[in-house]
Amino acid sequence: MCTYDTERITVTGSAKGADGWFRATDATISYDHPVHFGAGHALLVDLINPALGASSRVGLELNAESARELALAILRSLESVPAGLLES
Amino acid sequence: MTSNLRAETIHFDSYDGNSVEAYLATTESDEKVGGVVVIHHFPGYDEATKEIVRKFAANGYNAVCVNLYCRESPDASPDDAAAAARASGGVPDDQLVGDVGAVAKYLHALANSNQKVGVIGYCSGGRQSVLSACSLNLDAAVDCYGAFVVESRSESTMTSIVELLPNLSCPLLGLFGVEDQHPSPEQTETLRELLTKHNKDFTFHEYDGAGHAFFAVDRPSYRPEVATEAWGEIWKFYGQHLSDKK
Repeated sequence: MCTYDTERITVTGSAKGADGWFRATDATISYDHPVHFGAGHALLVDLINPALGASSRVGLELNAESARELALAILRSLESVPAGLLES
Repeated sequence: MTSNLRAETIHFDSYDGNSVEAYLATTESDEKVGGVVVIHHFPGYDEATKEIVRKFAANGYNAVCVNLYCRESPDASPDDAAAAARASGGVPDDQLVGDVGAVAKYLHALANSNQKVGVIGYCSGGRQSVLSACSLNLDAAVDCYGAFVVESRSESTMTSIVELLPNLSCPLLGLFGVEDQHPSPEQTETLRELLTKHNKDFTFHEYDGAGHAFFAVDRPSYRPEVATEAWGEIWKFYGQHLSDKK
């Protein structure tokens, strides 16, 4: 089914989409029907900039296990940053 | 029956005065024919949905699928537009009904229309098909595994439409997979009980060995034998309610 459950956060950074780099302002996270990944449902992450239009998007479609591993790897990576290097 | 057809992208004014994009397939027939409003699934106005529109025309109907996301994402690819729609919580029900009504009007105005119009929707479009049939005067409706018809989720923007079921304006065909949990067999039974209570004309088929999205030829959920059988039910149903031939 379509879950319609979407987490939305604001982000600061850049993403590289079909037309090159753009400034990412938001991210959405949901567990719903993927477009390309061969599964009924997947963890979907979109880095977007709505002000630039729907095409300013970098999309990820991952199975649940991969998504968890990615989330944990991101946290491990941040936790291992040497003191004084983390920027807001 | 297999007919010659013509398929093309069109633009027309919808209920709110906005020009909307749609995919039209017309059957080449000297006889008057019925029309079908195809409501695309949540992943968008994509190639698989356009193939469904052509399939209706090949089988003797005029069919139109409106791009439900074209207002917010007019030039985006279907996947980008769907992502934007997902981020905003989906298409509002009022807008959906307005667009379906405008498509029905467009189909009525075609030169070879017999003035009968049905609706069909898949996945999220299944709910929207029932919603349309409860909100507009249509001649037949098909619900392909639509969730959130009888149930709501507190986490979701989608809500039940049970309060609208007394207004169902036409016969309803429901096609469901027994292995689907959204809608689950229990929810399908609840819908059956409600439609019976309201004395509505409906037929449900629940298929073993199939879950959600068994019609989707480009997804692993596709079940070719079930889909073929269910397409047969659609032709029979629309033949009874949209065709001048009985």
